[in-house]
Order: sequence, then structure tokens, then C-alpha cells
Amino acid sequence: MSHSTAPGEAPAGGDGPTGMTPAPHIAPVAPADSPTADGTPPDGGPPRGRRTGRKGAKASAPPGGITWRHRLRRDRALVLMTLPALLLVLVFAYVPLLGNAVAFKEFDPYIGESFFESFELSPWIGAENFQRMWEDSYFWAAVENTLLIFLIQLVFFFPVPILLALLINSIISPRVRAWAQGVLYLPHFFSWVLVITVFQQILGGAGLIAQTMREQGWGDGFDLMTDPGFFKFLITLQAIWKDAGWGIIVFLAALAAVNPDLYEAAAVDGAGRWRRMWHVTLPALRPVIALLLVLRVGDALTVGFEQILLQRPAVGTGAAEVLDTYVWNVGLENGDFGYAAAVGIVKGVFGLLLVLAANKTAHLLGEQGVYKK
Amino acid sequence: MSVLTEDREQEGAGARMRPAWEEPPSPVGLAAKGAVLAAACLAILFPLWIVVVTSLSSAETIREAGGLVMVPDGITFEAYRELLSGGQVTRATAVSVCVTVVGTVFSMTVSVLCAYGLSRPGSFGHRPMLMTLLATMFFGAGLIPTYLLVQALGLIDSYASLILPSAVSVFNILVLRGFFMNTAPELIDSARIDGAGEFRILWKIVMPLSRPVLAVISLFYAVGYWSAWFNASIYLNDQSKMPLQVVLNQIVLKGERPTGMSQVINTGQIHTLSVQMAVMVLALVPVAVLSPFVQKHFKKGMLIGAVKG
Repeated sequence: MSHSTAPGEAPAGGDGPTGMTPAPHIAPVAPADSPTADGTPPDGGPPRGRRTGRKGAKASAPPGGITWRHRLRRDRALVLMTLPALLLVLVFAYVPLLGNAVAFKEFDPYIGESFFESFELSPWIGAENFQRMWEDSYFWAAVENTLLIFLIQLVFFFPVPILLALLINSIISPRVRAWAQGVLYLPHFFSWVLVITVFQQILGGAGLIAQTMREQGWGDGFDLMTDPGFFKFLITLQAIWKDAGWGIIVFLAALAAVNPDLYEAAAVDGAGRWRRMWHVTLPALRPVIALLLVLRVGDALTVGFEQILLQRPAVGTGAAEVLDTYVWNVGLENGDFGYAAAVGIVKGVFGLLLVLAANKTAHLLGEQGVYKK
Repeated sequence: MSVLTEDREQEGAGARMRPAWEEPPSPVGLAAKGAVLAAACLAILFPLWIVVVTSLSSAETIREAGGLVMVPDGITFEAYRELLSGGQVTRATAVSVCVTVVGTVFSMTVSVLCAYGLSRPGSFGHRPMLMTLLATMFFGAGLIPTYLLVQALGLIDSYASLILPSAVSVFNILVLRGFFMNTAPELIDSARIDGAGEFRILWKIVMPLSRPVLAVISLFYAVGYWSAWFNASIYLNDQSKMPLQVVLNQIVLKGERPTGMSQVINTGQIHTLSVQMAVMVLALVPVAVLSPFVQKHFKKGMLIGAVKG
């Protein structure tokens, strides 16, 4: 999301002198006010800020001998500080990208002593795994389930935090507000295992509803936790229970930022409660809604992996197999690592395309989206 | 908005301070709002109430109620005493506590250092390093390669496999960085002029000024470690190393008997149900106790995350 805050920043290239003052820490806020030797770009324009001056800076000689070597020596403590996290990210986010190469192999992890030996010994098979995917009806069933769950959650889950935020925002008593928020935030911090076990106590075969029905003689066998037909709504219900309350934070912040004068002006102009909500409140929420929608659509292929995996045995794979659980099942359960990695790659590539497409749409509609153009 | 809220706060809770132009609330609207809010809170609290009450009920009470207990009839800590006097659940709780504490300290150390290292404008190479972190928010390497990596590093069946792969959250680093960037530059400059190094500035000036966000991010990390189930389920094979969430799944969802105490349950002294509910409460209590303390800072942390992150 910080992509949106740095207009005109070069995506890379921090090792060239970027037109900074000799002691950037001392005056970091207003670089434009402290023109230095290289503060003036070659085109003779006014001294530019550090962030916008990169065009000219690369051409001009480093002022006062501030080379990258000097800057490295000066900032070595800062660089040192970033290294542990950077190393972890490189190892656990970037290195596995290379491991995706097993998708083009008939990979058997136990053929050799180590991973590399196994990798050596496993034969290359080209795009065979991807071809197999095309003809795999289980794969397409997983795709269908994934998209269905995404759509159901978009329709039933997405609006809930917005409505809850409007409700909380209209409460005037600060004490009621604080208590309500405290209760609504709480389930966000529960683990999925806990959420599902809680749901089991209410909706399960030995749960409260089934128990009451038995006692009243209204029939036996009520169990929504193992009902494949209800499963997609069940996990939506669980997601709402767990995270709808947490989702209101962002909207409350946007609502708190609305200038109260706007409401007053609208009221003076004769707008009633609902018209004020339509013409003042909703426009204030629009950018946030657009941003969250973009994020949600970009993440469409990821639908509650842990949540679904935990309940998969209870309802069966017909209703509960989504792309992520399919990868898990094929790879880690059946040991078909190459094929599972291929499915993972396809999911990742389409996920990235979805992010870009959703963002593009947001731009076309005049919203900001996740990052700027 | 905030000005209005403050005025209202002075009026005392429950007192209404409406701007003159706003219509008085209709009783129907008020009732509807109250009903919706009460229903939402009840939907969250009622199931938890049942779980807690059943975990504290004796075998007799549970049998009388025909299962889950809604109204407490005497309180007994038998189930907890049994679960925490050695055996599977005791060990799992200890494992979870240790992993959470060690993991949170490790994650916070690494993240705070990184966030501060990237928070000074114009420092050497901060842009490519930042981009390296940011890019990971757009792709995931995928489950299979990650598993193969953990395996290749020899981390299978080690507690490190529960910490290292999830140790760094780029989002958390961005939130911290956003907060650090807002620390008054004059303070940092004067400390630098006085000869303080970066580590000392971070420790003595920036961190004390950032307590709210440090609390929020620590909670996020701690909750992440405490709630993690998947990593343990794929990276650990040794039953004796399993953390609480895995055991919770085994005992409540799969309905297995906790090892080391089945005799007491079989003889009917303690009802299986109260044992199951007690394990759930063990998983619930730490987060339910900790999160309200940090609640007032959530908005700040999330806001800065949204604006700068």
C-alpha cells in the first residue's frame, strides 16, 4: 500500500547519488530548502527535492565527494539493521520461487539423499504437468469451488463491516462504542481451530441447536457442520463472525476523517439523515471501499485455506476442495510435488494478473487502488 | 468528529450531545440500532459463554443438561486441573507459550531493526531494500516450494520451523516504519549531534516514543504464533512436539482422547465435554485477556498502516 505514497520514486537505483544534501539525516524533511551543489539539475531549473531530482542527479558529479561508498560507510549501522529481516525475506519468500522449478520435473523428493540430489535425479518433463492440469477434472472442480466461495463471500461478507461501521459511528455514547468495539474485535484474534470448534458447539451434530431440537422432540440429525450443501455459507458465516468486526476499523477511521462542517452544510441545505448518508458519508467511504475491493478481488483465488482445510474431512472434498487445499492434498498428502507445484504456479500467476487487473479497473474508475500508475 | 467526541465524553457516558442541526433520534431507529448491536455482540459472546460454563461444570451438571451447559450450576476446575497436571495438553500449552514468547521477541527484534533501518530518509540503498520487501506482498512462493525449502534446510520436526518461515511480516514492518518516520526529526538530530549511534537512538529515543505501535505489532505477532496451526501440522511429525492448536484440533474436532488422562474420563469423573471445552478455553484465554489492553491503539496502528503502509 505504500506504493501509493511515493509518487515519482524510482523503483530501484538507490545506489546512484540521488541529489541529496551532504548530511541528509540532519535536514531530511525539507531537502528543497537546502540547495546544494547538485541540488540544481542540469536543465537549470530550480533546485529540486531529493525525490524528484533523480533525472539530473545521475548526470552530475557527486558533490563534496559523497559517493556511494561514503554513504555506505555513513549508513552502515542502518544497513546492518535491515539485514536480518531482509535475509529472512530473501530465504523464505524469494528462494522458494526458484523451487517452483520442480513443476517442470517428475519430482521425487526421496530419490536422493538431499533436496539437490533429488532435484538432479528427477527427470525434466517440460510442461507435462500443466497439460495434465488442463485435463484434470478435480482441478477444475477446485477452481469452481474457489470462485464460488469468493463470490459468496464478496456478496455476503464484504458489505457487513461497512454497515457495522456506519452503525457504530452513529452511536454517540463513547462508553457503548468502546465496549461494542471491544467485543466485535475479539474474534479476530482467535485461531481458526478455535473458531471452528466454537461453531461446532452451536451448529454441529452435538451442538446447542441439535441438543435443543432433540430435547424438544423436533427431530434428529441437525448438523450444519458436515452438510456439503451448506458448507460454502457456513465458512462465510464463520468468516463474518471472526473478521467482520475487525474490518470496521478502516471504515471508522475514514468516517472520523469526514469534516463535520459537511454534515452541517448538508443539513442546513435541507438534507435529511439518509440524504446526508448518501451524499456525504458514502462518498467519504468510496476510496476505502474501492481499495478493499481491489485487494479482495486480487486475492480472489485465496479463500480461507486453513479454515477450509480444517473442515475438509467433515464435509468431503466435493464441497470443500479449493485450489489451496488441492495443492496441499496433491503435494503433501499424495507426494506428487511436481504437479502440485504446477497448480501452485498457475494459481500464483492468475492471482498476480487479478491484482493488476483489479487495480487497472480502479484507476479507470478514477479511484486510487493499491498503487499508482 | 473528534472534537464532538471529546465534548460528549465530558458530558459523561450516555449523555447525548447532538449538534443543533441534527434531527432528534426517532425511538424506532434507536431501538433498531440497539437491537442490531446487541444481536451482534451476543452472537460473539453467547457461544463463548457456553464454552466457558461447560468447561467449569461437573460431569453431573453436563449429564443433567444433556450436553452443553447454559446456566452454571456450581463451578469446578477439575477439567483444568487434570489437563494441566502433566500429559499431552500440558506439554502442548508449554510448547505454544514458548514458541509464542520466543517467536514474538525474535520477530519484534528483526522487524523493529529493519523498520528503523529503512525509516531514515535518503539512507544508503533503502529504496531497493524496501522494494524487495514490498514485492513479496504481491506474490507468494507457493506451498510446495516453501515446504521443500523447509525440508532442505533440515527444519522438519524442529521448533524453528514454527518460527522462521513466518517470522517477518512485511505489513508489520511497514506499519512500524510509518510510525518511526513520524518521530520528531529534531529529537533524532540532536541525539546524533550529541554523538549517539543509530542503535542508541533507536533504543533510547524512537522506541520509547513508539510504545503504542510496538504494543499493537507485538500483539499481532504473538497472536500469529499462538494461533498458528498449519505450519505445525505439516512441518512436525513428532506428536510430543505439537503446539496447543494442533492438540485442540485433535481433541475437539477429531474427537480423540487426550493422552495421559483417558482413565479419569472413562470412569465418568470428568465429562469428555468439559475436557474439550477446557482445551478451547486454554486456547482462548491469552488472546481474550491481552487484546483489550491494546484495543485503544488498534486504530492508530491500522491507520498508519493504511496511509503509509
